[in-house]
Amino acid sequence: MIPAAFEYHRPSDIDSVIGLLRKHGDEARVVAGGHSLVPMMKLRMAAPEHLIDLRDLADLRGIDIGHPIRIGAMTTQHELLTHAGLAEAAPIIAEAARQIADPQVRYLGTIGGNVANGDPGNDMPGLMQCLDARFTLVGPDGTRDVAARDFFEAAYMTDREEEELLVAISFDPSAGGYAYEKQKRKIGDYATAAAAVLLQAEGGKVSSAAIAMTNLSDVPVFSAAAGDALIGTDCNHKAVRAAIDAMLGEIDPMEDNRGPVEFKQHVAGIILARAIARAWSRV
Amino acid sequence: MNEMTPDRQERSANLKGMGTSRKRVEDARFTQGKGNYVDDLKLPGMLVGDFVRSPHAHARVTSIDASAALELPGVIAVLTAKDLEPLGLHWMPTLAGDKQMVLADGKVLFQGQEVAFVVAEDKYIAADAVELVEVEYDDLPVVVDPFAAMAEDAPVLREDLQGQSEGAHGPRRHHNHIFLWEEGDKDGAQAAIDQSEVVAEERIYYHRTHPCPLETCGCVASMDKINGKLTLHGTFQAPHVVRTVASLLSGLDEHNIRVISPDIGGGFGNKVGVYPGYICSIVASIVTGRPVKWVEDRMENLLSTAFARDYWMDGRIGATRDGKITGLQCHVTADHGAFDACADPTKFPAGFFHICTGSYDIPVAHVGVDGVYTNKAPGGVAYRCSFRVTEAAYFIERMIEILAIKLNMDAAELRRINFIPADQFPYTSALGWEYDSGDYHTAWDKALKAVDYEGLRREQAERVEAFRRGETRKLLGIGLTHFTEIVGAGPVKNCDILGMGMFDSCEIRIHPTGSAIARLGTISQGQGHATTFAQILASEIGIPADKITIEEGDTDTAPYGLGTYGSRSTPVAGAATAMAGRKIRAKAQMIAAYLLEVHDDDLEWDIDRFAVKGAPERFKTMADIAFASYHQAVPGVEPGLEAVSYYDPPNMTYPFGAYICVMEVDVDTGETQVRQFYALDDCGTRINPMVIEGQVHGGLTEAYAIAMAQEITYDDMGNMKTATLMDFFLPTAWETPHYTTDFTETPSPHHPIGAKGVGESPNVGGVPAFSNAVHDAFRAFGLTQSHMPHDHWRIWKTARDLGLHG
Amino acid sequence: MPGKMHLKMTVNGAEVECLAEPRELLVHVLRERLNLTGTHIGCETSHCGACTVDLDGKSVKSCTVLAGQAQGAEITTIEGIASPEGMHVLQEMFREHHGLQCGFCTPGMITRAWRLLQENPNPTEEEVRFGMAGNLCRCTGYQNIIRAIMAAAAEMSAGREAAE
Repeated sequence: MIPAAFEYHRPSDIDSVIGLLRKHGDEARVVAGGHSLVPMMKLRMAAPEHLIDLRDLADLRGIDIGHPIRIGAMTTQHELLTHAGLAEAAPIIAEAARQIADPQVRYLGTIGGNVANGDPGNDMPGLMQCLDARFTLVGPDGTRDVAARDFFEAAYMTDREEEELLVAISFDPSAGGYAYEKQKRKIGDYATAAAAVLLQAEGGKVSSAAIAMTNLSDVPVFSAAAGDALIGTDCNHKAVRAAIDAMLGEIDPMEDNRGPVEFKQHVAGIILARAIARAWSRV
Repeated sequence: MNEMTPDRQERSANLKGMGTSRKRVEDARFTQGKGNYVDDLKLPGMLVGDFVRSPHAHARVTSIDASAALELPGVIAVLTAKDLEPLGLHWMPTLAGDKQMVLADGKVLFQGQEVAFVVAEDKYIAADAVELVEVEYDDLPVVVDPFAAMAEDAPVLREDLQGQSEGAHGPRRHHNHIFLWEEGDKDGAQAAIDQSEVVAEERIYYHRTHPCPLETCGCVASMDKINGKLTLHGTFQAPHVVRTVASLLSGLDEHNIRVISPDIGGGFGNKVGVYPGYICSIVASIVTGRPVKWVEDRMENLLSTAFARDYWMDGRIGATRDGKITGLQCHVTADHGAFDACADPTKFPAGFFHICTGSYDIPVAHVGVDGVYTNKAPGGVAYRCSFRVTEAAYFIERMIEILAIKLNMDAAELRRINFIPADQFPYTSALGWEYDSGDYHTAWDKALKAVDYEGLRREQAERVEAFRRGETRKLLGIGLTHFTEIVGAGPVKNCDILGMGMFDSCEIRIHPTGSAIARLGTISQGQGHATTFAQILASEIGIPADKITIEEGDTDTAPYGLGTYGSRSTPVAGAATAMAGRKIRAKAQMIAAYLLEVHDDDLEWDIDRFAVKGAPERFKTMADIAFASYHQAVPGVEPGLEAVSYYDPPNMTYPFGAYICVMEVDVDTGETQVRQFYALDDCGTRINPMVIEGQVHGGLTEAYAIAMAQEITYDDMGNMKTATLMDFFLPTAWETPHYTTDFTETPSPHHPIGAKGVGESPNVGGVPAFSNAVHDAFRAFGLTQSHMPHDHWRIWKTARDLGLHG
Repeated sequence: MPGKMHLKMTVNGAEVECLAEPRELLVHVLRERLNLTGTHIGCETSHCGACTVDLDGKSVKSCTVLAGQAQGAEITTIEGIASPEGMHVLQEMFREHHGLQCGFCTPGMITRAWRLLQENPNPTEEEVRFGMAGNLCRCTGYQNIIRAIMAAAAEMSAGREAAE
């Protein structure tokens, strides 16, 4: 397993990256941690002629805990997992990051790579939809923000233009209960089904709810209807059932080695129920 | 004299002989990155080989165009079947008496089959060149199901065998049939079961999997054209066999071939066979005059070199109403893939599958095994297993559970009333094996007591009630297994591979100052031979293990032997070591008698010395004797102190064990958690308890993987769906259960030191223990049989089919 | 075709330079250009961890790092764990507790555990199992590896306390 040859670029500022992307178009790929792209290159399922390494872009790193929280695209999963301020302000991030890949991969794998790649197996896209995050993209025409809930179009297809670079992700701190629940076959696996849930309550009833599902369609599935089904309830059995039914109407899992469609639908329901229960217990 | 005085204790401890948990001598280099594995080897001028492989499972190869590849700077050659044909090497014999294409000869028969071999200056150039070789294929109909392969109108897979009604193992009755092999009393078993009060009948599938050692297969072939010598370094579990096969195939004299197995990164049966990469590397080295390295990558390993199991076992078992077994039948449909590339002893095309009467006194039995070709990778290797013993143990341990269900009887009790009693050993089974020794009841009772079996059953019953009341969604399974293995092939009269008898060997040289080197015909792949064989010898000849070097794997220096697989190293080479040690001691006794001026018979052996009977202060240590043997003239005795033993065992050994697995099963997600695993092993005399425990932990983990999720699986087009470690399940430290080990010790009566071998027991016994736990969890809800691996979705499906999802 | 780059790294404390194609995998650079063959290749898809090395203070799988990405990096391989005085405690404990068999995964295991214990000097068994989950072993069943790492942690802690 040997990647095809490419020309290697290691720019140190965003303008240079954009310049290279403009110059080489679809012959160029940016690489962050490389743990999605490099394996694809080794299998020769990807063979970019120009590889643009982002590691010298200091601006793309770091976690800023403010309103909103801003995370540089080159921030690694390991940093997400070990950042004390983030654990306080958005604890669901660490709970999810812990369930991604394995320690070595988390040291290099980045949040930006995880969302920008558009791989339906990745966990961060669904989580970002749940958090209602905004993705900041820089391109030849300047900077724009795209809502995570509008970003994913199909497997490996996103709203990012070829000449644009994802530089940061921002979202508001999440008060209330949270849970990231994931079933997988083993450490390092993608989800059989995963659910991100954020709940807020007033007077013992759900006042707001956000629910997103991972690896159950060719894109992450933010299910507004599932969240709505919980509003005004105390997450009783009936409400959870309604949320599950709403969610099931929006996912579209495919059969793979993890199991047939019917199994994935069943597990999606179980995982969502568990996530809601845990989130509710933390409200 | 015989009580262990402090002095004797100290001298004994100093030896670090048998029974001590001696730390491993291998570990200093392995922990510091100083191992010497095949891929670490770098020879001057070395080239790299890489394969063009078929993306299709069954297709005609209509053209191969290597011109673009050959134009790439650094590409030396591209070999195809046409290049090998003049040498007669475009096909090669398999160890199972079949033949296999080295490079695609007109067609391909499985996905990943070797089509062309690119030789280049380095692996990067080779990989680029592989992409440039253009191969055109015409698709042919694909057969991946062995039952479909035997249909009248199934496509002909092996056109080379068309019209041949005789195979290597008797008549072929269909164009995709390989052999029918039978053992036992067919009519007797049929009649006994027909007349039984209770009959259980079931199809048990042991799915296809792969040994997948962490190091893949590879070699470096180096032809020295000046001297006419070929040196072949490789990941070989049987280096001497490789030398002989290489000689027969290449026409080179055997003395001109040197095969070296350096450190091997795990074998588990994957590294017994001969693969096209070895042949192509040798040819490429002969053609280019330069060393050629070939190391497969992980996908190639899973796609092409060896698979294991894939046995469809149709069983019938009869019993009286009170549970005494009356007879056993089994018919197996064995999927061998495109070529029969098992490494079984030649007389046994289904290996020792007829150990399938297990630990039980079964009066009459019959087995028949039909081997079948399909468009899947070749193999059928013994993955941590002594030739289909894993399949046999799984079969009988499932049939026992199924019979218990039919009898409405506790499965532990059913086993107990059918065990071969201790006083019946040696015991001849209905399928012809002579079990050497055993005490199954003692082991079983110890195991049941250790886990509080009664208490577990009570807890399980309460859990079932709680589940029915809707208080829990988790069931509790108690997986029982009592296995009996057959290992240590074997007596040469029964066991040979392509005519090479399965003895093994040890050659010892004692150095003048009382240290030693011993060389064996086996080869360690992690078993720790350098540590444990020195312990055997230390106990036999009284030289501390720390002063004994063990060397294996170089055919120019080691005595001929059949290698390490099938748990045969301790039973066969371990015996050879003890026997060679005893020859040393016999000569030493003569020398000591001369030095002490007494008669030979007036001496007795005492740990590390010969002492005069009744006068222990008059003695000569083995070190004294060694020096004298070289440097003092002893009348009538040749100088030197060396011995060699080629050991042909009188029988195989029969390790056994009792395993109990307690498992939580989530009926909604199909997830499982092993709460407790207790493994009692009886491997006869224990050489190094630490190493035994390590072997058990490792074998259980492989068993856990196989039973719970690990499989090689194909779609209908013959595409392998599990060709990377994302999908081929190897558990991490996180998923792997915790184990408790225990033992009883029933020595083998025919083995010089009573040892039986242990490396494969935990895989043989572990798989049914895990699988039985899953089945047992659902027993209260009517489950009889479900197929492995018990991964999440299959368990979920079982629960759904039983109506447990409401 | 793109040419080779002048690769400079610090490996096991020494500055090293070599020419390498940017696409070369770090594990190949270490093994074949620098002759540090203790780092092994097991799966090539970043699952097995046999190729684990320490890169700028992180455990990484060197089969999935391109030479270009390693430019300027500070790297420790298994060959750099022991000191001139002798084996590292982890190496000793792997031997003492039979934490290895064929030895193929061992360099990656020890290199990973070396970093783990720097980040978490007193881990629980669960933390060790989780922290070692990027490394596969086919021989040991992990139980003795975990035991060895726990023992090394205890010994290293005792050593630190004694020093204080």
